[in-house]
Amino acid sequence: MTTPINLTVNGRRRQDMVPDNMLLVDYLRETIGLTGTKIGCDGGECGACTVLVAGDPRHACLTLAVGCDGLDVETVEGLTTSGRLSAIQRGFHEKLGAQCGFCTPGMIMAAEGLLRRNASPSEQDIRAAMASNICRCTGYVKIIESVQFAAKALAK
Amino acid sequence: MEYLPKFQLFRPLSVEQAAALYAENDGARFLAGGTDMIVNMRRGIETPAALIDLSQIPELGDIHEENDGMRIGAAVTLEQLAAHAAIARDYPAVAEAAAAIAGPTHRAYGTVGGNLCLDTRCIFYNQSEWWRSSNAYCLKHRGEICHVAPGGQACFAAYSGDLAPALLVHDARIELIGPERRRDIPLGDFFRDDGMDHLAIEKGEILASVMLPKASAGAPSAYAKSRIRGAIDFPVAGLAALLTLRGGGIEKLRIALTAVNPRPLVVDGTDAFNGAEVNDNMLDKLAELASSQAKPMTTTTVSPWYRRRVIGALARRLVARLAEIE
Repeated sequence: MTTPINLTVNGRRRQDMVPDNMLLVDYLRETIGLTGTKIGCDGGECGACTVLVAGDPRHACLTLAVGCDGLDVETVEGLTTSGRLSAIQRGFHEKLGAQCGFCTPGMIMAAEGLLRRNASPSEQDIRAAMASNICRCTGYVKIIESVQFAAKALAK
Repeated sequence: MEYLPKFQLFRPLSVEQAAALYAENDGARFLAGGTDMIVNMRRGIETPAALIDLSQIPELGDIHEENDGMRIGAAVTLEQLAAHAAIARDYPAVAEAAAAIAGPTHRAYGTVGGNLCLDTRCIFYNQSEWWRSSNAYCLKHRGEICHVAPGGQACFAAYSGDLAPALLVHDARIELIGPERRRDIPLGDFFRDDGMDHLAIEKGEILASVMLPKASAGAPSAYAKSRIRGAIDFPVAGLAALLTLRGGGIEKLRIALTAVNPRPLVVDGTDAFNGAEVNDNMLDKLAELASSQAKPMTTTTVSPWYRRRVIGALARRLVARLAEIE
């Protein structure tokens, strides 16, 4: 079975026929070719597939593509505007928040979700908001510094 | 790329429509947030022919006050519940439990109904296909023996929802809507002591809402859990407590456990403490009583012995905190 969906992905309107059993992460990666969103584990444990759906963080690997009908989906590819990195992307770049980089798109989208709700998060707020995201390289200190860098940049 | 098995997806806009779709489609299952169901489908544990998505039904999605208490729709997200000011004020254990479920991303779309109906958990069950097949599966799914208790024909997978104990100490009731009738039952009657078949729900019934009674609003309560990773995990042992005092003695004391039995359990015998003062001696007896009713099996990587000890320690800690005598 396939179902038509209307949605926006990174601000662009799309209309697609998608199989009922297609996960959002496969729709993003295979149908649209947005491979920034990663598949890490087999069930919502690692957070590598985190995207924003209607502004809230969501595991793309536990979300059905059809379930996003009518909603705004944002991935790491949507953050750069006019060739300029967003604040959170600059934070990860400047503070070396990425090591192997596999968890980074999910980390960045979880952090982006946090910064939109809370523009000046404490370290505790950052740790709590990103608890669903795991970094196998364990570079958490630099990740927290990256989010703090972005919050400061946004405050200017 | 790892597609899910084939199924047909329905997105009804009313409970009546959802119930009708369920009746018309053999092998259908209900879907809410998907943080448990989709995981189980990816692992090959669930293979529904149809999924009926309950997240578009407006009447399931809100929290409102009624004459006899607070009604919480089953599709309310855990984040909404944890952040609800009146719930946090009047039923603190419920808000604490909601805030302690999984991680923040899961709470943004995981639901109250989904957490209550959470499948039971075991190190031999909630695992990948290759891992389960290498153990010749288990009694709960496709296999013939229980690896936890190989001699018997019982499944000891542990009920691991965090909300249930917190709702139980506040005497919550639930509303179930079936194809033929709507019924209202105490939450305690919703669970069975059977890891294989732990929900006393009739075929086609939908858990529509939870009612927190006014009579228990404002009673001091708390929830705490022990887990392997403090930020994200299922409980290895969890406990909710509710305590009211009168004239220096206990007026009402309720304790409920999770993750240590196939069902969430209200500890029996706490009425014996009525009138007593909360002190070290009383807390020792309470810890003993609570841990004696926890019957954990080797369903987690943490030993049953430790989990029973944790139940005793949590009972002590939470009741001391509620009595403000730490």
